[in-house]
Amino acid sequence: MIATLLISVLIITAIAVLLALLMVIADATVGNYGTSKITINGDKVLEVQGGQPLLKALNGEGVFIPSACGGRGSCGLCKVKVVEGGGNYLPTELPWISAEEKAQQVRLSCQFKVKNDIAIQIPEELFSVKQFTTKVESLRNLTHDIKEVRLKLIEPATIEMKAGQFIQFQVPEYELTDEPVYRAYSMASVPSDVGHIELEIRLVPNGICTTYVHKHLKEGDTVIVNGPYGDFFLRNTERPIICIAGGSGMAPIKSILLDMADKGSTRKARYFFGARSARDLFLLEEMQALESKMADFKFIPALSEPQPEDNWKGEIGLITDVVRRMAEEAPEGEAYLCGSPGMIDACIKVLRELGMPEERIYYDKFS
Amino acid sequence: MSDIFFPLAVFFAAVFTNNILLTNYLGMCSFLSVSKELETSAGLGIAVTFVMAVTTALNWLVYEFVLVPFQLEYLRFIVFIIVIAAFVQLIEMIIERYSEGLYFALGIFLPLITVNCAILGASLFMVIREYTFMTSFFFGLGSGLGWLLAILAMAGIRQRLRTAKIPAGLEGPGISLVIAGFMAMAFMGFNGMITIS
Repeated sequence: MIATLLISVLIITAIAVLLALLMVIADATVGNYGTSKITINGDKVLEVQGGQPLLKALNGEGVFIPSACGGRGSCGLCKVKVVEGGGNYLPTELPWISAEEKAQQVRLSCQFKVKNDIAIQIPEELFSVKQFTTKVESLRNLTHDIKEVRLKLIEPATIEMKAGQFIQFQVPEYELTDEPVYRAYSMASVPSDVGHIELEIRLVPNGICTTYVHKHLKEGDTVIVNGPYGDFFLRNTERPIICIAGGSGMAPIKSILLDMADKGSTRKARYFFGARSARDLFLLEEMQALESKMADFKFIPALSEPQPEDNWKGEIGLITDVVRRMAEEAPEGEAYLCGSPGMIDACIKVLRELGMPEERIYYDKFS
Repeated sequence: MSDIFFPLAVFFAAVFTNNILLTNYLGMCSFLSVSKELETSAGLGIAVTFVMAVTTALNWLVYEFVLVPFQLEYLRFIVFIIVIAAFVQLIEMIIERYSEGLYFALGIFLPLITVNCAILGASLFMVIREYTFMTSFFFGLGSGLGWLLAILAMAGIRQRLRTAKIPAGLEGPGISLVIAGFMAMAFMGFNGMITIS
């Protein structure tokens, strides 16, 4: 009995080992593409192991391409222009590539594999993108569903960012995900505080990252982030600015305003913040304190459904109505919007009706 | 029937009368999900044919020379699956390395095939029906071609269905299953031509 059992185990192990060995040999011979050169923007040359996806190869060399799905070909964000040695498109890339992008040889870098020497073009600012190891310095509940996460940078110890940009937060494996995933969040911290990053994260039911942050993350935990990314930042003009935000859209706007106060900007600024009732409002004192610190700044929080117990004396109505009533700077100003797609689209419409040209409306949509 | 012609008889039976998809209903999931376009269906069908023919023969060798001598026939399910998985993986690596055209046409379907139950089914039938090596190979080839024939027919019909008016409740998988049923009935017309057990 035991002998038969042993033989069965032996045989099945032998078959498995044989096949595994075959795979290892194949991996080292057929799957071995040697090293390939990646030339970036015509000057920087990287030598990488061939056969791996471009996204992973670049990651390994410290060049980070924004990607929300972590390389599974399901978000379509990690596009890179491959100008030489690209070859044909894979069927797994095509759903994400428009005809226009195809003409410019834009590839999906998580699917495109490096098999020979290639030349690629990526925006210069991606070189300043780094991966940071950080420690959670503090966690604070801003409202019933928004948490402030303050991270202390460990390695590298400082970040160079523009107010309004975002980072990607790496969620490690836990009960909702069996592989690390990345989610993008705007930084709420002021750029001059180079050793810290602050995030404002709202709990989304069953959201992989938001659940992790709200239910599992503790002070002292290590968090990996990479960034900074994004072109949502204050433009260098003298125009008056109108900021509009809702919920955790507060984050990049707070960063922009703190940065202005920090630099002693004299630009006129108005900040409309929309919420449902008083329990959705946060950082009121900080924002009101900015009114005295900045040359010409007004913070205008507005509630759409104030509750009797809120005892609300401020503006009442949908944020779009409040903007329409009060944003007299619209025709000559520029606007910075952050929040849900619905809110942003509605606000763009109102601002255009008030006479603001579309090219002066900058926004960061949550999606 | 003489021994020389038996493999051929099994081959034709596997394509028509005993079509693995339409009489045994194996390999339905990829049959339903990939049969929207004629071109991709052909790619998948050819890949299935190739893998089925080779793995049935391979598994015959493994069964006859490893499992039977050690009286481990009951392990055939698990052994067949790992042989198929390893073979598919190897082929994918080889194709990706040496033939870009083939990789784009067939390679991307290979990972889908590992979990295609028709392929495991062909290996298991060959054991139950006690086929010889040659017969097993032709049975695998025939079953693969039969599967290819069925998915091509289905894709052709579904391409035409795109412009047809279908009751809302039947759209998508509903109408596809009904069509698969009709096709199975049509294939019953081949019954009696050749019979294999």
